[in-house]
Amino acid sequence: MTREFLEGSEALAAAMVAADCRFFAGYPMTPFTEVLEEMAKRLPPVGGVCMNAESELEAIGMAWGAAATGTRAATGSCGQGLSLMQESIAEMSLARLPLVVLNMGRAQGDYFQATRGGGHGDYRTIVLSPIDVAEAMQLVPLAFDLADRWRNPVLVYGDYYLAHTREAVDVSPVRFGEPLPAKEWALDGTSGGTGRAKVVSPLGDFKQRDGVGYDMADYYTRCGAHLQEMVRAVEPIVETEFTDDAELIVTAFGTPAKFVRYVVRQMRAEGHRVGFVRPITLFPFPTEEVAHAAAGARCVAVYENNRGQMIDDVRLAVLGRAPVEFIGGLSLDSSAFGIAPDLEVPIIRRRIEEIGRCHGLELQEALV
Amino acid sequence: MRRIAVKSIDGLTVIDTSAPPSSGARLVDDFTPQLIDVGAHNLCPGCGEPIAMRSVMEVLAESDLIDRAVAVFGIGCYTAFSNNLDCEVLQALHGRAPSLATGVKRARPNLIAVTIQGDGDMVNEGLQEVLHTAARGEHVTAIMLNNGVFGETGGHMTATTTIGQRTKNTLDGRDAAVHGYPIRLSNLIAELDGAAYVARGAVNNAGNVAKTKRMIQRAIDVQVAGLGFSFVEILTMCPTGWFIETNEAPDYLQSVIEPVHRVGVLKDVAAAPDGSAAPDGSAAPDGSAGA
Repeated sequence: MTREFLEGSEALAAAMVAADCRFFAGYPMTPFTEVLEEMAKRLPPVGGVCMNAESELEAIGMAWGAAATGTRAATGSCGQGLSLMQESIAEMSLARLPLVVLNMGRAQGDYFQATRGGGHGDYRTIVLSPIDVAEAMQLVPLAFDLADRWRNPVLVYGDYYLAHTREAVDVSPVRFGEPLPAKEWALDGTSGGTGRAKVVSPLGDFKQRDGVGYDMADYYTRCGAHLQEMVRAVEPIVETEFTDDAELIVTAFGTPAKFVRYVVRQMRAEGHRVGFVRPITLFPFPTEEVAHAAAGARCVAVYENNRGQMIDDVRLAVLGRAPVEFIGGLSLDSSAFGIAPDLEVPIIRRRIEEIGRCHGLELQEALV
Repeated sequence: MRRIAVKSIDGLTVIDTSAPPSSGARLVDDFTPQLIDVGAHNLCPGCGEPIAMRSVMEVLAESDLIDRAVAVFGIGCYTAFSNNLDCEVLQALHGRAPSLATGVKRARPNLIAVTIQGDGDMVNEGLQEVLHTAARGEHVTAIMLNNGVFGETGGHMTATTTIGQRTKNTLDGRDAAVHGYPIRLSNLIAELDGAAYVARGAVNNAGNVAKTKRMIQRAIDVQVAGLGFSFVEILTMCPTGWFIETNEAPDYLQSVIEPVHRVGVLKDVAAAPDGSAAPDGSAAPDGSAGA
């Protein structure tokens, strides 16, 4: 185990390089900028390439080209930059190419964009959301593993806090059980002239032999089946605490979840029957676990730093078995980096108490 | 063997089909060039793109690079060739092939990366991509098939459409006051220090086809030598998108397109280190950019 005291951005870069990422392209945008800076430092010494792309469109295009050669590639941005990349993320999913995309968001307003995608066509992307730098060190290699295994883009959805918090983290490579399949589809030129030259395309995956062109009905059907298999087989990851007898469940993801978890633990210590659920994979969403936790609860509260997005997935999971209430909110400071003024323990505590009172629960500290 | 009777009605040649032919249809010769898997394509009669594609494939084969090449395709009529060439193909989004080619080449520098794009793809949708790729001096070759229209959508104005040219959305001809002026992309790229070779060819007659093939060869040689970005714009016929008879297209190209987008070598750094060259590829004695 190698421990280093790193800022989140440095740690993410270290995790990517340790996961054998050898191509990175990006365009500066806070809080993604420092990840790009770090990759520019860390990749050349290990024989990798870091490109200063002219825009986010080119950044993901370059990563796409590198990924098509079988090289582990990543890119990233936040907000508007991710919006620009949506067309490529969708198309890469249809071309069945692996890619890791870091979405270093500001607040949490891009949950829908991350989990639904803003691109065209029948596609989904796996989305991993770390609570802190230490967890990101585990999720980044997992993202590369899942991207290669399913030949599909995988998003890591972080935020300003993740990028800028300094923690002592383990930077040794993480390996996963199942060996990955060989990248037989990857382009290296050598199939040219053999009569079976490879094609990596969102239109089809083999060359025509009868003059009729691509059979897109066949290709899209196979892509759809593969997607369904991915959604079925990828196991949702979730953290739960005190859910067995909880009368009130509070859900949250990413950095704000750390504050929420602290409040729930504090309330539990006082004897209140409050539970905590944190989806770590935002897609596939841990539907069963959320439903199970909500089974005996009087209310499920959702805390997010936006106007209410993940709450839709929570409602779909709970399916009317308990009322689902929103206790988060858009909280931007004047810097717009999502350094949320309401991301504060007393404020979160007050909101949980208020929503509990609405459902007949007395959760005040004085109760102890 | 019975001769096929041919007669003429009002100047139109008609083959006599009142009796069956003496023998059934048979393949006389397969003209499919090497490295094109299936000879048939669905492009229109008189289209110049198959000639250009064939020239690119011939150069790769003759240079013995076919097992090192990756062709990165844009989106246009020519995309029909993306799945019947016997070289590896990577399909890009509309306009984005230069970034993908950059990623391919940087990740595997031993590969020969060639983009195949049209004027709509490269000059309209993806102008920024090709300019930056050229400026970076990326060791890739970009091929632009320029027919001055969006052929695949049925003949609409692109950024290279010449003044006065009729298209479906400039029915009275492109009017500079309304639609602006055409972009001469080769000339723009030749200005960039990262571009090592820039040429504009055409496929409207045998002489131009031969000249264009030499340009493609030179562009690939420049990539192999690692001299920088290489670029060949190829003027191609599009009788369907120009709304003219097939046999008029070569002359239309010469009289409507070529006077604006002049055929010639604009830059060949290896031949003329000062960055200028004459149309035949030799250094221009006066130092001006030949065009």
